[in-house]
Amino acid sequence: MNSNHTLRDSILWGLGFALMIAALAMVFVYVPTEKHGGIVQRIFYFHVPVAWVAFLAFFVTFISSVLYLWKRAIKWDAVACASAEIGVIFTTLVLITGPIWAKPAWGIWWTWDARLTTSLVLWLIYVVYLLVRSLAADPARGARYGAVIGIVGFIDVPIVFLTVNLWRTQHPTTIIFEGGLTTTMLITLLVCIAAFTVLYVILVIRSAGLKTMEAEVRRLRIMKAE
Amino acid sequence: MENLGYLLAAYAVIWALVFGYVLFLQRKQRKLQRQIDALKESMEK
Repeated sequence: MNSNHTLRDSILWGLGFALMIAALAMVFVYVPTEKHGGIVQRIFYFHVPVAWVAFLAFFVTFISSVLYLWKRAIKWDAVACASAEIGVIFTTLVLITGPIWAKPAWGIWWTWDARLTTSLVLWLIYVVYLLVRSLAADPARGARYGAVIGIVGFIDVPIVFLTVNLWRTQHPTTIIFEGGLTTTMLITLLVCIAAFTVLYVILVIRSAGLKTMEAEVRRLRIMKAE
Repeated sequence: MENLGYLLAAYAVIWALVFGYVLFLQRKQRKLQRQIDALKESMEK
């Protein structure tokens, strides 16, 4: 790791830490309790950024997969795979925090409405992506198959986003874009989104670095065997 | 403070999974670095 990378990582960790502390302070101290939703509505300030990171991660996987199939450069495959891994983790968090919020808000943990079902499908698509990558006997073939899934699977992301506007669902509509938040709530949400975006950048750099190291191990093993 | 348990559970799950993933990455990095060092060393012999 060179000094530029060390400086970049230090800045990112410092920024991420400061933003996350600010986000937590705003969620638990600054923002007032929402009148109808009660205290549990505060899940919203992390639930939405977590969903944002999942969408961002799958978008990066989509772009990196296109670039990998085009350029065949291993770095794009590393970024695509790392981002898909993070996307799955954050979609898992969406699928856990959503029901935790739904139970006190709706009286049920889960319902098969369009938003929740398409989110579950999204999670399954990228779990399959990771399984294909890890089970492929030939890593190059696994990378190609993964890239195809990473491109085709991304179709579900806009579908998940638009479900609440296209169909009548239990899930609330996209109130952020409809002026449904007060200024205080909006500022808190934006700080939380910024904090989680920086966290995503830190994780994807770290994880993609490890995918590159895995490729290096494979290369050295082949060299040793020859 | 009704439903405080749900709020705390949601935030705890987020932090548990994020920290778990960071730990997983750290362990993996150490393991890969050891493998790379061992392979390079064995090839130099």
